[in-house]
Amino acid sequence: MQIAPSTRNETMLETTAPTDAEAGVSVRHLNFFYGSNQALRDVSVDFRAREVTALIGPSGCGKSTLLRVLNRMYDLYPGQRAEGEVLIDGRNILGPGVDATSLRRDVGMVFQKPTPFPKSIYENVAFGIRLHEKLGRAELDERVRWALSRAALWDEVRDRLNASALGLSGGQQQRLCIARSIAVRPEVLLLDEPTSALDPISTLKVEELIDELKADFTIVIVTHNMQQAARCADRVAFFYLGELVEIASAEDLFTRPREKRTQEYVTGRFS
Amino acid sequence: MPDSESPHIVKSFEQQLARLHDKVVEMGGAVENQLTEAAGAVLEKDTDAAMRAVEADPRVDEIEREIEQMVIRLLALRQPLAADLRQIVAALKISTDLERIGDYAANVAKRSIVLNQFNLPYSLAGLANMVVRVQDNLKLAIDAIGENDAEKAVEVWRSDEMVDDIYNAIFRELITYMMEDPRNITPCTHLLFIAKNLERIGDHATNVAETLHYAVVGEVILGNRPKGDTSAYAVVRHREGENDRGQAEHG
Repeated sequence: MQIAPSTRNETMLETTAPTDAEAGVSVRHLNFFYGSNQALRDVSVDFRAREVTALIGPSGCGKSTLLRVLNRMYDLYPGQRAEGEVLIDGRNILGPGVDATSLRRDVGMVFQKPTPFPKSIYENVAFGIRLHEKLGRAELDERVRWALSRAALWDEVRDRLNASALGLSGGQQQRLCIARSIAVRPEVLLLDEPTSALDPISTLKVEELIDELKADFTIVIVTHNMQQAARCADRVAFFYLGELVEIASAEDLFTRPREKRTQEYVTGRFS
Repeated sequence: MPDSESPHIVKSFEQQLARLHDKVVEMGGAVENQLTEAAGAVLEKDTDAAMRAVEADPRVDEIEREIEQMVIRLLALRQPLAADLRQIVAALKISTDLERIGDYAANVAKRSIVLNQFNLPYSLAGLANMVVRVQDNLKLAIDAIGENDAEKAVEVWRSDEMVDDIYNAIFRELITYMMEDPRNITPCTHLLFIAKNLERIGDHATNVAETLHYAVVGEVILGNRPKGDTSAYAVVRHREGENDRGQAEHG
């Protein structure tokens, strides 16, 4: 298993202005409809590679909807449709002929509540790999070990890989879900309020993990916790009523937002 | 104080922010008063005023500690962001500057008591002029705090250079008196420190203005800070004609 840890330092030195070349994911003029109800309005935004972008905004602002568009999860529901473009590696994933299964290997997702399969810890991670790749036993073992290590879980579970995943704590289960997502080596990792069901220490462990993982992945996180966005994200996007109001570095957005609506939301003056 | 129009959803937070703001304004009023007393002590030879300026200092220090506690509590318990965060951090910084201004005013008052024991054969017009300008600047800075007025803050920031110019003139004037007669050295040294303290008060008022401007608009005041204290470059000529460059130079 070849993981280049050197990319991490390079990432930290990146100070140049955003360009499309750096965008892991480019959303262009995206509109989204739940039947006749429009949930996203002409959203254009770049999620830069090897950065964490947090999406914040009040309930119903469209941030989770955007996340669901990025791996075409809406395909599973009738009556939902997206217009516009979402470019990953220059390919429009909303276009026809895009295979949803392979897309979901490239774009991993972790949900609000941990969703381990009722299987062993090992099988939880190996399951997704087997779907997409034919690996020998040794290679598969190595990949599982790598994923669990990257998810900062290996040391806690190495002696009980065959035990049920349901015996893990909530925080460990969530890190297991992250391990499962990264095991297929996606390019993009989507996190939908990944710590909202976790205690503060488990939350910090997941946040530390996010910070580690951004060396290898483009990460988009939806969170209702602004302090969490401030702690984890390089850039933060504020959504309101289906529109992108403002996107800026976490520092700028939380110390001197440009838009009045952002200012009101982050200071708790939103009516 | 926050520049958003809507009130905070949590009323108690809004009230705590308002209390913090009031506390900073109260502290500003206290040091402004201290400076007025100190100025009277020097210019009117009013020893009672000097005592009042010195005695006001512990109260100013106390308000500073209160502000510090309020700020720490707000940061720990409210995790403020954006304009709230800027206001709270600004309160802490401004209180530190105001506390220094209070110290300088008390120092001016203390020196005035010593100074009153001397018969000064020269006018204090330059110093009086400086006092008025420093007082005006401080008052403007404190008004700016009270009204969250970034434009007033810029005005304070701009006018500090004039104070520095007057200080430089007083510096040279006093050196001349000292060279004329060594008996002038003690009172002139006190006057020099008084002038320096006033000049420092002007600098701290400028700091307050800069901090307030950032708190209100989220941007630092653009441009180089006006800096006019050139006394560090003033050199006394040792012997006439020995060195043409020996006179007071301007940096």
